[in-house]
Parts: sequence; structure tokens; C-alpha cells
Amino acid sequence: MTSDPAPAIRVHNLSKTFRKGFQTTRALDEVSLEIVSGEMVALIGASGSGKSTLMRHISGLMLADKAGDGMIEVLGYPVQEGGRMARGVRLVRGRVGVIFQQFNLVDRLSLMTNVVLGVLGRIPAWRGWFGLFTRDEKLRALEALRRVGIDQYASQRASTLSGGQQQRAAIARALVQGAEVILADEPIASLDPESARRVMENLARINREDGITVVVSLHQVDFATRYCPRTVALRDGQVVYDGPSEALTHEFLRELYGAAGEELILPGPIGGPAPKARSAAHLRPASA
Amino acid sequence: MTVIDNTGSAAQAMPQLQLPERDLKRSLVNLAGWAVALAVLAWAWEGSEMNPLALVQDSANMAEFASGFFPPNFHEWPTMLQEMLVTIQVAIWGTVLAVVCSIPCGILSSKNIVPWWVYQPMRRLMDAARAINEFVFAMLFVVAVGLGPFAGVLALWIHTTGVLAKLFSEAVEAIDPNPVEGIRATGADGIHEVIYGVIPQVLPLWISFSLYRFESNLRSATVIGIVGAGGIGMVLWEFIRGFYYAETAAVMIIIIGTVTVLDMISQVLRERFT
Repeated sequence: MTSDPAPAIRVHNLSKTFRKGFQTTRALDEVSLEIVSGEMVALIGASGSGKSTLMRHISGLMLADKAGDGMIEVLGYPVQEGGRMARGVRLVRGRVGVIFQQFNLVDRLSLMTNVVLGVLGRIPAWRGWFGLFTRDEKLRALEALRRVGIDQYASQRASTLSGGQQQRAAIARALVQGAEVILADEPIASLDPESARRVMENLARINREDGITVVVSLHQVDFATRYCPRTVALRDGQVVYDGPSEALTHEFLRELYGAAGEELILPGPIGGPAPKARSAAHLRPASA
Repeated sequence: MTVIDNTGSAAQAMPQLQLPERDLKRSLVNLAGWAVALAVLAWAWEGSEMNPLALVQDSANMAEFASGFFPPNFHEWPTMLQEMLVTIQVAIWGTVLAVVCSIPCGILSSKNIVPWWVYQPMRRLMDAARAINEFVFAMLFVVAVGLGPFAGVLALWIHTTGVLAKLFSEAVEAIDPNPVEGIRATGADGIHEVIYGVIPQVLPLWISFSLYRFESNLRSATVIGIVGAGGIGMVLWEFIRGFYYAETAAVMIIIIGTVTVLDMISQVLRERFT
């Protein structure tokens, strides 16, 4: 954690109710959260616990309930308040990089073009309309691709790359964007273990080297304890734990989530050279 | 659980299979549907004065009439080809102008891009452009801008814009919203979202639709000449009106040949883009 205590993200009393017919689901229940600039925080929880919903609210892609005083501030700028999008939200979005579970690259555009689009929020709009990106901006895109290790595919269409490579390209796009905060919403949920490890390592590296605040929602706690010093755990839209990731032993998780906790635990070690190696003793018990 | 088979032990655990019961209500509805369909056919038969017997009774007349077409008379082929080229030129410009207009009109008719108070009026406008046949538009434009191919271009342009905008917007409504969200999250504006998130996804379909419309515009362009909007249709109409059936046959052969060749070219192009 840095010595600078400025809050990068401030969520206060945020609630979100989904209505479908006569059924209402409380996806977020008065969530309050503060994340300091330069932190790398994991957001964990079982499916349906509200991780993605919270992420989408912070990135200004979804509006909270109108009732109540729920509000979100990112880098000191309001994103939404009382269920209304703030005026300058597009400028805030430009400073926040979002990484999605499904990568959200444009398949038919080259990797290079996908990544250079990160500058759209910072350049005059008309330059973007006509695709007039400067040499400098293109070089920056290439540089970002090199940092995540896929610059050799720059001219290929995004659709020709593997999921892990596409996700790293999405990280490169956030780098080109000059994002000060990166919100990664289940970035490794649809990747194989090796690609997942690489994506997490890239996120950890840009957090370490560039001081970018990273919030990453994860399905499996093992990745949280390995890469993120701090974890926020959600259950049924409420924060049930907020503290050092090391405290999240498997026993504690079972206590927090009961039987649902099982899905948060990886059946095996993450693999690769591990900073905090886990032994096979954490294998899931035979019957849950 | 009933034992229905004692040859295998695995089958013993299976409950007896039962066919779903026949639903009386559904069969009745089905039957009623057929009755309505037949009634519509009978009703339309009356109105269109269908008379298959005439085909047999007047077959001698028809044979004589048809014989007038043979052999086709190509004596005036330079004029015919010249006018055929004009028809192709009309189809090209009618289609190009329509494609250019259909891009904004198609986007503005898409539910997932603009609010209802934009797409509803836009869609109704496109409905109107589509509802009126290009033949009718041609007659109106001949009055407005005078006889000649330009009236034909205008007619094709309006009608095709109506058609293509609808097809374009249907393609846009079927896109994957995720990449668009990815673009939005970088702080891009709405136009950026369309240019980089939407258009790359729909482009192959749009190209295919446009080429297909060029094919049908070429066919339409041969007809709109009849109302004075230039091209081969005008020549065709002159010959038919003057009872020059051998020449009419020649023009028809030229039209068939041209349309076939251009259809084939456009088909090859379309396959390359999808």
C-alpha cells in the first residue's frame, strides 16, 4: 500500500434491487467501501453475490436504486449519486480501465486497433470518428502490447487469438487509456489455469510498476490470497469481510459461506513459480 | 416402478415409457387453421378470376402470339446495348446513394442504439419509403425532374433506402453488446461506439445486403424505364407498343443475359465478404 491515503474509490451506502415480474432481488445491500490509491484489492463471493453488479456500478455502466443516498466517487469525481449518473461520467470512465470476463474486444478489428481505441476518451472526438490516430498513439499501443507480451500479434484480428491473449490485450487497452484505476470483472473466469495465472501476473505487475489501483473480482479465493493483499468478500449483496487476504483460510470461508463456500476454493494449486506456494493439502474434501 | 423387461437388469430400474397424450384442443386449433387457410385461397380465387381452362381453350392464339417472337431480331443491337448500359448505370447510382443514406437511417432505426422517440419515427419514415414501389416513385420523379435516367436513379434511391435501412438495422439489433460496452468503458462517445463497436460487427452483412439490393435494383431498373425513367425499359416498351415482337424478344434476351452475368458477379463478391 502506498503512503498516499487519497481514496481512489469510495462507495457509500449503495443498494441495487433487480425487479423481474413480481420478484425482487436485492443484488447490493447498502454496500460501503473505500479503496486507497495504489491498492490491489480482490472482490470475492459466490455466483450471484453481487461482485459483478458492484463492479458495473463503479465503472458507471449501471445505475443504483433511486431511493436512498447511495453514491460512488472515483478519483475524487462523482460517478453516480442517488441513482443518477453524474454529469462528467464520461471523463471519469476515461480514467478507469475496465476488464471484462468476456474480454469485450471487437473481433474483426486488429489487436493494434483494439488497443489504440483506449485513447478515445482523451483525444478530440472528431479524430476518433475518422480514425486519425497519431504515430505516437500507435506506438503507445504497440508498447502496451509488448508489456503484456503479445506485440507479435499486433496486426492479427482479435478473433484469431486465444482467450488469455485477448484478455491481455484488454489490459493493454486499459494501459493505453492511461487508466489510474483498473476494474477487472472476473477477468480469469473463462480462462484455463495457465492463462489465468498470466493475466493475474500482468495485473499485479502494472499495479506494482505503475501504481495503478486494481480491483479484481474473483471466483476463487486462492488467486486472491496469492495476488491481492486485501480482499473484500460479498455475500447476498453485503460486505461480510474486508481485510487482509491471508486471513481467508478455507475454514474461514466455509464459516462465511457455508456449503456455498466450496465453489470459491480451487481444487488444486495454481501452479507455476508461486510466491506463496500452497500444498495439495487444500484439496477439496471428498464429500461436500 | 414396473418391470417391463426382464432381459436386462439395467432396464428394470426404468419407469415405463409413455407417449404424451394427444391434446384435443391443439388438434382442433390445428384443424381450424387449415380451414381458414383454405377459405382464404378460395376467396382469392374468386377475386383474381382464375380460369385455368383459358390456357387450354386459347392455346392456339397463344401459340401464334409466341411465334411472333421468333426469330429474335437483333438488328438494332447498338441502341439496345447502349440503353442496357444506361440501365446498369442507373442501378449503380440508385444503389450507392441508398447505401450511403441507409447507414445513418439504419443506425437510427435500431432499438439497441437509440431511444424509442428516435427509432419509431425513423422506422415509420423507412416503412413509407419501402411501401411505395419504385415504379410509382419513378412516375412521380418523371414529373418532377423530367423524362430520363435521373428520375430512375431517384426512384431507386428512395425505395432502396427504405429496404436497406430496415435490413441494416436488423443486423445492428443482432450484434453482441459486449464489445460496444468495452468501447464505452474507455470513455468514448456514442459515435465512437457505433464506428468501432457496431459497424465492424455488421459490415460483412451490410455488404452482402447492399450487393443483393444492387441485383434487384438492376431488375427494377429495366422496368422503370417503361414509365419514362430511361434505360432499356423505355426501348422495351416502345417495341411492345409497336407490336415489334421479334425486337422485344431480342431486348428480353439482352436483359436476361445482363442480369444473369451481374447476378453471378455479385454473388461471387457476396461470398467473399461473408
